[in-house]
Amino acid sequence: MAATPQAVPRSPAEVAEALRDASYLADDSTALIAFLAQRLGKPVLVEGPAGVGKTELAKALSRATGRELVRLQCYEGLDEAKALYEWNYRKQLLQIQATASTQDEGATPVGMGEIFTEDFLLERPLMKAIANPDPVVLLIDEIDKTDQEFEAMLLELLSDFQITIPEMGQISATTHPIVLLTSNNSRELTEALKRRCLYLWLDYPARDREIEIIRLHAPEIDEALAGRLVDVVDMVRELDLKKPPSIAEAIDWARTLILMGADDIDEKVFRESLSIIIKHRTDLDLVAEKIVPRLGGSGSSNGSSANGAG
Amino acid sequence: MSETPSGMAEQILAFCEELRSEDVAIGTSEIQDAFRALEIVPWTEPVDFRESLATTLAKSPKDREIFDLVFDRHFFRATEAASLEFAPEGGEGRKAALSDEVREELSMEALAEAIRQAIAEGDESAMNELARLAIEAFGRQGESSGVVGVDMQRIRRGLGLSPSSDTSGDGEADGENLDRDQIARFERQLRRELQRQQIQKQGQLPPARPLSDLNRALPMRGAQDLAAVHKAVAQMKRRLATLGHDPRGAKRGRTVDMRRTMRSSLETGGVPLNLKYRPRRPRKPEIYVLCDVSTSVSSASTFFLSVLHALHDSFRKLRSFVFIERISEVTHVFEDERDFTAIAEKITATGGVADISGYTDYGRVWNEFYADVSADLGPRSTVIVLGDARTNGRPPAEDAFARVADRANRTFWLNPEPELYWNYGDSVMSAYTPFCDGAFECWKTEHLEQFVDVVASGKVEHFGTTTRKYTSGHRY
Repeated sequence: MAATPQAVPRSPAEVAEALRDASYLADDSTALIAFLAQRLGKPVLVEGPAGVGKTELAKALSRATGRELVRLQCYEGLDEAKALYEWNYRKQLLQIQATASTQDEGATPVGMGEIFTEDFLLERPLMKAIANPDPVVLLIDEIDKTDQEFEAMLLELLSDFQITIPEMGQISATTHPIVLLTSNNSRELTEALKRRCLYLWLDYPARDREIEIIRLHAPEIDEALAGRLVDVVDMVRELDLKKPPSIAEAIDWARTLILMGADDIDEKVFRESLSIIIKHRTDLDLVAEKIVPRLGGSGSSNGSSANGAG
Repeated sequence: MSETPSGMAEQILAFCEELRSEDVAIGTSEIQDAFRALEIVPWTEPVDFRESLATTLAKSPKDREIFDLVFDRHFFRATEAASLEFAPEGGEGRKAALSDEVREELSMEALAEAIRQAIAEGDESAMNELARLAIEAFGRQGESSGVVGVDMQRIRRGLGLSPSSDTSGDGEADGENLDRDQIARFERQLRRELQRQQIQKQGQLPPARPLSDLNRALPMRGAQDLAAVHKAVAQMKRRLATLGHDPRGAKRGRTVDMRRTMRSSLETGGVPLNLKYRPRRPRKPEIYVLCDVSTSVSSASTFFLSVLHALHDSFRKLRSFVFIERISEVTHVFEDERDFTAIAEKITATGGVADISGYTDYGRVWNEFYADVSADLGPRSTVIVLGDARTNGRPPAEDAFARVADRANRTFWLNPEPELYWNYGDSVMSAYTPFCDGAFECWKTEHLEQFVDVVASGKVEHFGTTTRKYTSGHRY
């Protein structure tokens, strides 16, 4: 927040500090790669399980550097008309009709140059990031959801920070954006794309770091309870679940516990608040069976029955 | 930072070369990136150095795994080679700070205490120094045996390091027990130091070995490897989750929706500027998986069962069967149970697949499967067989299999044996392959991924050893 947009960090520690100020606790390698991304001007490909803070990293970077965040959410079928730019057909049509009616019948028709200008261009996120006079943070979220053609289209942008519009020529970035691409690894990305990026694998944080993260976002929670919470969440993550609990859900859970006024996670509290971190019926059953008996407290016999979980 | 020394550059190039030899795809541009990164990173910090190289060179979790293995091996050897060449003993930092007499006086208890603290703090470089000191101290006591493993044991005992030991009173002064991971990290340092000293003593490096194929092979032995199996399958799960969607990037052959196109053209004065397409209906495959669980594939069947397990998470329409002498449907087991070990137990207990001998009878299995299930097979069905095709000398009944394959849309065979062993002994793989859309060896993770790609994309030509589809009628 304090940094001006133009400032370039001098060391990874400085980046880590800035991210911390933006309430994101980065580990060493994350800070290092964020530092390299800014110094080398290379895009970063961030992969990892869902809910470890990939998108949050981009947001935090934008806060830390004081840059605007431009976000492109990818989905299947996304094409350049929605990601790059589109001609405003309606406006062009109106322009043609307007000039046709004011001019006499024998006059020259509207030239190409008159309707293919920036006035008729609808900027989409990527274009916006390039054309912005101030440097931005560009987040291309869930790149693995798009198809390979779209990836190929990104290559020009990622390596040279420019976009070619056939009717107008090249538009180059005046400033260097920080580009983050996230992927859930649902398909293998092309070599060409990977070659242009730095690679960051984000995983669930270590115990101490996660406690820190939770206490940062839910300051009212006391340390012992936060530790207990992280231990339980870790246990849950070790199971083979359809959707393991993310960091954001752990934070939600911490807030819930505060609201419930709980000071320890025993079987009762766990059962009541389970739905905050587990969001699949089969997962609920599994967790009720595996975790609940391990929570200690009263070793009641209904540990295996699933219906108490909902 | 400072200029990279030329020896360093060569080291890094050699390292990249080594990575390439382990099938990590590294382009020249990536090496350039690595060097540019090292110019601006304080690379004298071991962690920064390693991470800078990793982020520029290794670009998938799998590559990263290989990167870590090769990194340890390469730079360990590199430093050893250097220290053989130059004068040994280049002690700096903490070690230099301790003068000789202080080190002489450093008692075992004090050392153990310092190590405990370093482990608790997770300070890698301190651990390294202390490991060296510990080895030295043991050397003075004349206990060094010259065998790395034996020395490890002795030093560990001497220091009293164990996850929850209460042997010495003062060791617990900190009030907290060290957890196993942290101690393992210290022991890794210790082992490395011991190896280093041995190399110095012998004056030569042990020969470099490439990472063996086994390091990457599917973990198949023992129940404790189950977690590893699941890890291998987890990646596949994600791939499978997107299965059934359109084959990516194929916009060709889409049909224009005339009505919607005309309607939207009204906005642009009757000029159809935007074509509207009919939405594609994703193909929803029905999958039938038949899994051999006999003793001849017992090591593989754990793995196959967990594949089945993963498949069940990803497909709604999946029916699974296990067979030895007879076939039995186990779909309901997977639907009722989520936990893998429980599933494995239930299947072995209630599957009722072994009759008398416990040897696989493929012929009988095909006939039973055809009689009971084939009525449900249709143009959308995919049949996947997981088995080694070892019939124990019984008739293979390939005609029954052919009829099954004929009814199903696609048939695949995954064989846990390397292709080299097919058709040796009692394996009758060749009797079945003509009727499969693809037959694959499947004993490495890559094989599995390759297979998933095939099923997902519908391309068979490139992968299958046999692609000829059985055409009905001429056999019976």
